[in-house]
Amino acid sequence: MFFDHLVLGATGEFLNIGDIAATLIVFIALMLLLKKFAWGPLMGVMQEREDLIASEIETAENSRLESKKMLEEQRNLLKDARTQAQEIVENAKKQGEVSREEIITTARAEAGRMKDAAVLEIANERDKAISAVREEVVALSLLAATKVLEKEISEEDNRQLINETIAKAGEVQ
Amino acid sequence: MWQDPLFGIWFNLSNVMMLLVAALIVFLIAFFATRNLKLKPTGMQNFMEWIMDFVKGIIKSNMDWRDGGRFHVLGITLLMFIFVSNMLGLPFSIVVNGDLWWKSPTADPTVTMTLAATIIILSHYYGIKQKGLKNYGADYLKPMPFLFPLKIIEEFANTLTLGLRLYGNIFAGEILLGLLAGLGGAGIFGFAAAALPMMAWQGFSIFIGAIQAFIFVMLTMVYISHKVADDH
Repeated sequence: MFFDHLVLGATGEFLNIGDIAATLIVFIALMLLLKKFAWGPLMGVMQEREDLIASEIETAENSRLESKKMLEEQRNLLKDARTQAQEIVENAKKQGEVSREEIITTARAEAGRMKDAAVLEIANERDKAISAVREEVVALSLLAATKVLEKEISEEDNRQLINETIAKAGEVQ
Repeated sequence: MWQDPLFGIWFNLSNVMMLLVAALIVFLIAFFATRNLKLKPTGMQNFMEWIMDFVKGIIKSNMDWRDGGRFHVLGITLLMFIFVSNMLGLPFSIVVNGDLWWKSPTADPTVTMTLAATIIILSHYYGIKQKGLKNYGADYLKPMPFLFPLKIIEEFANTLTLGLRLYGNIFAGEILLGLLAGLGGAGIFGFAAAALPMMAWQGFSIFIGAIQAFIFVMLTMVYISHKVADDH
């Protein structure tokens, strides 16, 4: 046959269909067996590991984001607290200012009132003193008049007496 | 050679035996390496995972993982099977009554061509499945319709080169090893003369065996991606 010249490495004058079949069967059987017993489980484990790593990375990423968020929150809280504290201090200061002002005003008013009261009392006392003096003068005048009437003194003496008395009263006044 | 009495099919029993040996070794390695799987890999599990990632890298360099993920198992099995097959013929060979019994199964063109043809047929199958018969057919007329005959030839050339490259490399390696072994067994001087080249060639053959396994898987993914992927 023409094709006989093309045969390579031939071990005989027959086509080894048996070898071809054997190769195919052995190889395919090996592949299936390995898929079942070796590659399948191994791929499963590798896939599992891949999933594990992916999930770990995701978890890490998530917790990183979460901690970042928390940090931000804490920072905001701190800022708020600081602002609040400042506000409180400010308020207290303002409050103190207000009450100081109030106390001073009250004290001032009180002092004014007391002064007024004192002035009023002084005036009262003076009036009382004047009226007392007046009574005294009247009494003295009466006394002087009595003496004049009793003694019959001269006109000159009389005038002098009256003048004296009046001057005395005026002095007292 | 042995003829099945029922159907009259011819078997090369040496091939069948070596295929089974290779498959058994691969299976045992993979099986025991993947016992006791942990999320934190240790020892052999690391090694197997490295192989998986390696094949994954090959696939990803050729096509989208969405399309290529289904060839992962095929790629890993091919890589390990061909590598172990290539290694089998290195340490020794056994010849009984002039028939070669222990050798690399990949040092036989029937085996390598079967694997290559399987790959090419798979690529056509997935090409049709993925893109539909119309787009698949249209690919033969791209980029120019008059290149259609070349495209047809390319398919057969791909199959031939894929299988024969592997066969040629491994077979040549074994021939040379056989010659050196003959020289080494010829006498004290022969042994002295053969020892050093023997070591060198065995080391080189290990390298070639690994490279050829890698190339086979790489080309498998290239051919499949040509048929499956849209962006080419």
